Amino acid sequence: MTENERRLIEAIAEMREEEALELAKAMLARGEDPLRVLELCREAMDIVGKRFERQEYFLPELVLAGEMLETIGAIAKPLIQERSGGEAKKLGRVLIGTVHGDLHDIGKNIVTFMLDINGYEVRDIGIDVPVAKFVEEVRGFQPQVVGLSGFLTLAFDSMKETVQALEAAGLREGRRIMIGGGQVDEAVRTYTGADAFGGNAVAAVSLCRQWIAA
Amino acid sequence: MGGDAAARFAERSRRLMDAVELRESDRVPAIFYTMFWHARFGGMSCRDAMYDYDRVDAVMRRILEEFQPDAYALPHPMTAFGAIMERMDYRQMQWPGHGTDENVSFQYLDREYMKAEEYDEYLFDPTGFYLSKYLPRVAGRLEGLSRLSDLPGQYYMGLVLGMRHYADARVLAAFGAMREAGEEARRMLGHALAFAKEMEQRGFPQAQGAAANAPFDYFGDNFRGSKGILLDMYRKKNELLAAMDKAGVFILRQALAAGSRSPSRVVFIPIHWAFDGFMSLAQFKTFFWPSFRRLLIGLIDGGLIPLVLWEGDCSSRLEVIGDIPAGKAVYWFERTDLVRAKEVLGGTVCLRGNVPASMLTTGTPGEVDAFCRALIERVGKGGGFILDGAIGIPDEAKTENVRAMFESVRKYQP
Repeated sequence: MTENERRLIEAIAEMREEEALELAKAMLARGEDPLRVLELCREAMDIVGKRFERQEYFLPELVLAGEMLETIGAIAKPLIQERSGGEAKKLGRVLIGTVHGDLHDIGKNIVTFMLDINGYEVRDIGIDVPVAKFVEEVRGFQPQVVGLSGFLTLAFDSMKETVQALEAAGLREGRRIMIGGGQVDEAVRTYTGADAFGGNAVAAVSLCRQWIAA
Repeated sequence: MGGDAAARFAERSRRLMDAVELRESDRVPAIFYTMFWHARFGGMSCRDAMYDYDRVDAVMRRILEEFQPDAYALPHPMTAFGAIMERMDYRQMQWPGHGTDENVSFQYLDREYMKAEEYDEYLFDPTGFYLSKYLPRVAGRLEGLSRLSDLPGQYYMGLVLGMRHYADARVLAAFGAMREAGEEARRMLGHALAFAKEMEQRGFPQAQGAAANAPFDYFGDNFRGSKGILLDMYRKKNELLAAMDKAGVFILRQALAAGSRSPSRVVFIPIHWAFDGFMSLAQFKTFFWPSFRRLLIGLIDGGLIPLVLWEGDCSSRLEVIGDIPAGKAVYWFERTDLVRAKEVLGGTVCLRGNVPASMLTTGTPGEVDAFCRALIERVGKGGGFILDGAIGIPDEAKTENVRAMFESVRKYQP
């Protein structure tokens, strides 16, 4: 690894945004491989994710890291030649959405982000998602894990209905359902019939690790 | 007020003040607070609860008589503002008939209402920014106010001739909408006041009067949106800190004025972005606590009682937030363990809470009873405790669970 490469990883991981963007831009301007730059970003995100899990980093760092990644990605991606692959192999598929009646998305977005940087292919189907839409998306995407998010107490019933609909559609078998957000706890898990609940994004990642064998 | 009702009012008020001032009392008080549970209890839709003042009165009367809480939060100013929002075309919320279904509660729209590069403008002139940029963004019918920029630049003959702006059709349309919304707000609040008076006659004190927000939440919720403010903590640190200092002055003045007009000295402050998982303790000490503490001290010095609802789990903050004068405030914790909070804060602040929303919604009366008993016995010891749900009574709570909660204070002693 070159000195510049090491510095880019460090700048992202240490939240030095301006420096990170300058380094990345300079590397790309010099004609360095854009795939390599993105790979360095991924390494930096690994560090950010681990620090988040250790509660050294919190939401401001996750969001800022996400912004840096997006900015660098937007410059690097058009430069990528038609070369083979490049994308790391995904560990598994997770479908996530906020259940119907609830418009909250911060928690869901954080979980999506953490799963993504941990190597999962995440399909986020948005907020206020009708039961039928969950069923349709699960059928199409065939995720190993379904994440139901909700901040309001009305989400308890929406989650329960969604779980039941997946069951009725024969889509529960061989698939795990996790819930999270706001007031969700073990009592809500029992009520909704989900497999597990998580209190934060780190819990969501460990559930997926547990459920999806590498 | 009839003799019995007057005695009950005095007894309840004393019980609440005993709790606030950390004295032992005859029993633990319990407060009724909800967003939309009264609608469910009374067979109304959420929409009705936001628009039909008479039906809100009727169902609240039944609730208070049936559950006999020691105080209650007046539902009108918390939920019955649909018609006011409609008249101004308010854009920071979706509510029944305006983005959500008849039976779904209103929900705040987490968006950017002030851009990151506008901090300087805000800092230079908060009132000018508020009037000419903020109001037109958050209320469709107030867009004409954007014509009223740079008022201090109009002086002498410029001031005199500047009067023409107030006859601009767009400005007049905005003033017209403000008047309509204002008249509706007066109607609703007049109604609420009459209801509160009637309840006082029946022996029920109000649990809270004015409301306020921590400066960080003020910007995060109302101006920058959650993503915006998270990024500001890195990209606009100095501007954010300066803007919070400035906004804190306005928030305090407004709360002192509203608090002095209200029959209740309690100022309700829901806290949204302070919980453990959101920012680090070091960030909390830098970004959240200093400006918020100044607000708390300002309210206390003004003779008011801050009631702070610490949403989420704030366990790691307890030592820091204990730095306020003793016996002057209430900390209502949503998910923070109250037993631990009592250990850290018991000598400083009255605690309130926190029967889980999940238990009130999906549990049994037996579970609620056992949970409340444990809270009363452990957290109520020595006084300084008010029983409530973690977020008050959740909208979908079972009636028998609500009953179990209110009965528990009459059954168990600390």
